[in-house]
Amino acid sequence: MSSLIKFIQKAPWSAKIGIIILVINIAVAAFAPVISPYGETEITGDVWEEMSLTHPLGTDHLGRDLLSRLIYGARNTIALALMITFLSFSLGTLGGFLAATLGGWCDTLLSRTVDLVLSFPTLIFALMVLSVVGTSIFSLICVIAILDATRVFRLARAVAMDIAVMDFVEAGRLRGEKTGWIILREILPNALPPLVAEFGLRFCFVFLFIAGLSFLGLGIQPPTADWGSMVKENAGAITFGIFTPLWPAAAIAFITVGVNLIVDWFLNLASGLKE
Amino acid sequence: MKNILNITGLTIEGFNDNQWSTIVDKVDLTLERGEILGLIGESGAGKSTIGLASMGYSRKGCRISSGSIRFDGTELCQASDGVKQKIRGTRIAYVAQSAAASFNPSHRLIRQCTETPVRHGQMSSAQAEKEAIENYRRLLLPDPEGIGFRYPHQVSGGQLQRAMVAMAMACKPDIIVFDEPTTALDVTTQIEVLNAIKQITRHFGTAALYITHDLAVVSQLADRIMVLRNGQKVEENQTRELLDTPEKAYTRRLLSVRSQRPDKKPVKLKQKVILEVNQVSAAYKKKELVLDTIDLTIRRGQTVALVGESGSGKSTLARAITGLLPPLSGEVVFQGETLGASYRSRNRESLRRMQMIYQMPETALNPKQTIETAIGRPLSFYFGISGKERRKQVLEFLDRIELPASYINRYPGELSGGEKQRICVARALAAKPDLVICDEVTSALDNLVGEEILKLLQNLQNDLGVSYLFITHDLATVKAIADEVVVMLKGKIVEKGPIDKILNTPGHDYTKRLLNSVPKMDPDWLDDLLGKRKTTRSKRAA
Amino acid sequence: MPTGLPNGGGLPDMKDMTATILKRIGHSVITLFVISILIFAGVEALPGDLAESILGQSALPETVEAFRKELKLDLPPHVRYISWLGDFVQGEMGRSLSNHRPITELIGWRLSNTLFLAAAAAVVAVPLAIILGILAALYRNTFFDRIVSMVSLSAISFPEFFIAYILIALISVKLPLFPSISTLDDQMSLADKLYTIVLPCLTLTMVVLAHMMRQTRAAIINVLATPYIEMARLKGVSRLRVVVLHAFPNALSPVINVVALNMAYLVAGVVIVEVVFVYPGLGQLLVDSVSKRDLPVVQASGLIFASVYIGLNLLADLLSIASNPRLRNPR
Repeated sequence: MSSLIKFIQKAPWSAKIGIIILVINIAVAAFAPVISPYGETEITGDVWEEMSLTHPLGTDHLGRDLLSRLIYGARNTIALALMITFLSFSLGTLGGFLAATLGGWCDTLLSRTVDLVLSFPTLIFALMVLSVVGTSIFSLICVIAILDATRVFRLARAVAMDIAVMDFVEAGRLRGEKTGWIILREILPNALPPLVAEFGLRFCFVFLFIAGLSFLGLGIQPPTADWGSMVKENAGAITFGIFTPLWPAAAIAFITVGVNLIVDWFLNLASGLKE
Repeated sequence: MKNILNITGLTIEGFNDNQWSTIVDKVDLTLERGEILGLIGESGAGKSTIGLASMGYSRKGCRISSGSIRFDGTELCQASDGVKQKIRGTRIAYVAQSAAASFNPSHRLIRQCTETPVRHGQMSSAQAEKEAIENYRRLLLPDPEGIGFRYPHQVSGGQLQRAMVAMAMACKPDIIVFDEPTTALDVTTQIEVLNAIKQITRHFGTAALYITHDLAVVSQLADRIMVLRNGQKVEENQTRELLDTPEKAYTRRLLSVRSQRPDKKPVKLKQKVILEVNQVSAAYKKKELVLDTIDLTIRRGQTVALVGESGSGKSTLARAITGLLPPLSGEVVFQGETLGASYRSRNRESLRRMQMIYQMPETALNPKQTIETAIGRPLSFYFGISGKERRKQVLEFLDRIELPASYINRYPGELSGGEKQRICVARALAAKPDLVICDEVTSALDNLVGEEILKLLQNLQNDLGVSYLFITHDLATVKAIADEVVVMLKGKIVEKGPIDKILNTPGHDYTKRLLNSVPKMDPDWLDDLLGKRKTTRSKRAA
Repeated sequence: MPTGLPNGGGLPDMKDMTATILKRIGHSVITLFVISILIFAGVEALPGDLAESILGQSALPETVEAFRKELKLDLPPHVRYISWLGDFVQGEMGRSLSNHRPITELIGWRLSNTLFLAAAAAVVAVPLAIILGILAALYRNTFFDRIVSMVSLSAISFPEFFIAYILIALISVKLPLFPSISTLDDQMSLADKLYTIVLPCLTLTMVVLAHMMRQTRAAIINVLATPYIEMARLKGVSRLRVVVLHAFPNALSPVINVVALNMAYLVAGVVIVEVVFVYPGLGQLLVDSVSKRDLPVVQASGLIFASVYIGLNLLADLLSIASNPRLRNPR
């Protein structure tokens, strides 16, 4: 624990800001019912009320408290994005490592499939699949996780390929080690720094992707609070000079900037190790 | 005669681990017009840094912290970029170690060669091209009129290195800094480049700083030699005096590198054959044969050296024997048992009996595993030894390879190159093998460090009776360790036999040329050799 | 034959180059083909009968049967696939299920609008991104570089609609300079059209600009670290000449790649921006059709997006081959 604190103390100021942002968001998401002044779907005032003491950020298009919606939205959106990122990451890394260590037909098959998916714009792909299977949380998770896993696969495979040709991996093979040992003990520990950075990048991407789909009305469905759909629901307000939709949009930007700042730091660390 | 270059009290610092540390420590250096000064030292001696500093240049992360560099009356330490730009290329030129990386891949050779004289307004473009072609001719490049119009990747390594010398000569500078210009080349190519450099510097009376780690190479060219170690001057003298009467112990050690053979316990003549390679041919994807019907035998306790230049297929043979590259035809018989073509089809026992040591200790050890795991893994994998017993045995191995016991918890990153190579030796021996394949194990190390590794390997062989297949391009290493020598050229074995026979009465022309090309610590060696070659050629012509 | 001719070797190498290019083109065609099969099969895999699901449970069996005929659902799948693809290639894409208008007519106008918007954004973003990227690389680790890096990092992190709404709030609501809704019609002059699309164009520019700039910067920095750049400095070449003549030609290949990939991203990423500004483009149509489950329109516009995307990726690779001296002048 103390080494972690030391590690963070050494971070540049930009990364520290990122860490603070992330901690705030996670705290808000974790303690949503405690912090939030009203319930998630409780109607407490008029439509699009101005900021006031009772409604610090005003109300939304149905007269619900915007701050409460934002707080619950943090919980829903972050939880969903994390879940999808974990899923896509496990899928992609496993596939990438297998392709790199086994090579041959396994590599060819996986790489061709991934190339095919990547040759199609992601958002369009998701839209088309969702139009066929319909929008539900489950289909949302599956579609985004699989689409995103293709990118993780590319990176994991490239990183593992670089390591797999090193002499120490060859030495392990000549010793007669099984594929499991090669992946877990020889390749994974050395692939970790770039993969950690990639996890952050993927999280941002997934987060923005869910927000985008929700904004288009194809993501998380009402009345569940979610930042992307909140922007969409309140979009009309902006032409009246009411800036309600900017709040949830800014919340999205806030967390992704935070994560990106941390990612940048890790990328610098990873490239510094190489030199 | 007045000095063209005067360096006094030069101190250069490098930024490492968040602090500045000294790379070059108060070095004084002078160079007369037309004189060649050899800068010699092992890695970390600071010789390249001094070479670059003499042009007023320091790499990223380095700074010239004090001292003075006077070039023909101009102080370069405080000079503006404009002043330095005017001098660089026209009056001091640079020849880098890797010509392949130092030529811009987007431009033709001649365009890069003529850039400096044309940009500095010394010549018209046409005139510069004519000069360049003239220089290509002087440097004995094939097809001097045409070669300049090629792109760098279309020209071979040795020719590219000479093209770079031509580029440095473009403005007939006062000084050329040669930074290890032949280190990346094969010995037979090295001779051509050395000769070219010697001829052209003599022709134009150019002064030079010649930076290298190879004392024999530098003694062919240099009038004077300066020995450097850890950024400090060890000694400096005229070439002949330095070679004949070195003052410092360090210089004497450099001079005696590979001249003594470590003691070998005599092996009985007809030991059992442990490895037989029968008619093996191999190729990488759909290309021509890299190995062409190779036959080879190794006996117990014997060291067989496999010698050849780059591309001769010597490392491929190691891959074919270990099963990393399954051969197209032929078989590998190990202790009477025909092994599967691929290592995947071999059993654990035969994998254990054949171990490998690699060229680069940096990539041969997993940077995320401690020394205990690196040496201990073969113990637990092959013999099921674990826990305290494993730790005890690892400590014994550390003692054997002459490293302190405290290293057991360290990571490879905390060790020097030579120490890492020792760990690799221990890892190979932990499997209790009968044959160890050593692939260029000393070529990534400094000469003195490499020598220690050779000694260690010899001692271990005396104790354990293990056989070595020693792959190397360096004939000095062969002399130091081999019992038998196998010479390879373009995928074929051209000659093999006991070491004394091969070294003293080589049968094949290529073996002779290879032996001839190894520089000797004798300033007259290159001239003598080329003189001899000329006379034989003219005799043949007559 | 003398080995020193400028194009040493000559003919067989050119064949290699042509083979590489043909291979790459073939690869794209096959990819597009497989994608068209996937798009078609995706709709096939829909649970239940398309005709029934469109007409609803209460429809009379005869009506459903007639509708099935109209959709050619009575034919086997591979026959329908071939006729669908054949029609598509000839520009005949069937009719929309929701308003029964011919899809070709519906899509044609919108596609040209989308390309117009993307092109306008590209014209602004590409030169700006390359110049800023080179400057940031040249003045690396200075105040200028830090500012540019910070701003571009934020721009990457912001969702497109956030940038869009900030611009609307500032430039359309607070200072009413440009319209927040970009409706186009055929009667408008080019100037009018350009005026209408200022905000969506600006949004898109900011999104791709950040990406392109960061990648251009990285590409140039990579090249500046090579030994041949050090050599050029040691030859006394001036700083500007080093960057323009020695570094840039070698960074060209990655930069071209970056630009083309971002153009592809522009075409696909335009969807959200079109929705924000109610811009009558193909993305808007796709989103509408997805929510209405108007599958023939989804199929057709999806395939068009895919073609443009794959085409731009192909272009990127071809230009990249052309700008690499090793590939252009093989041994």
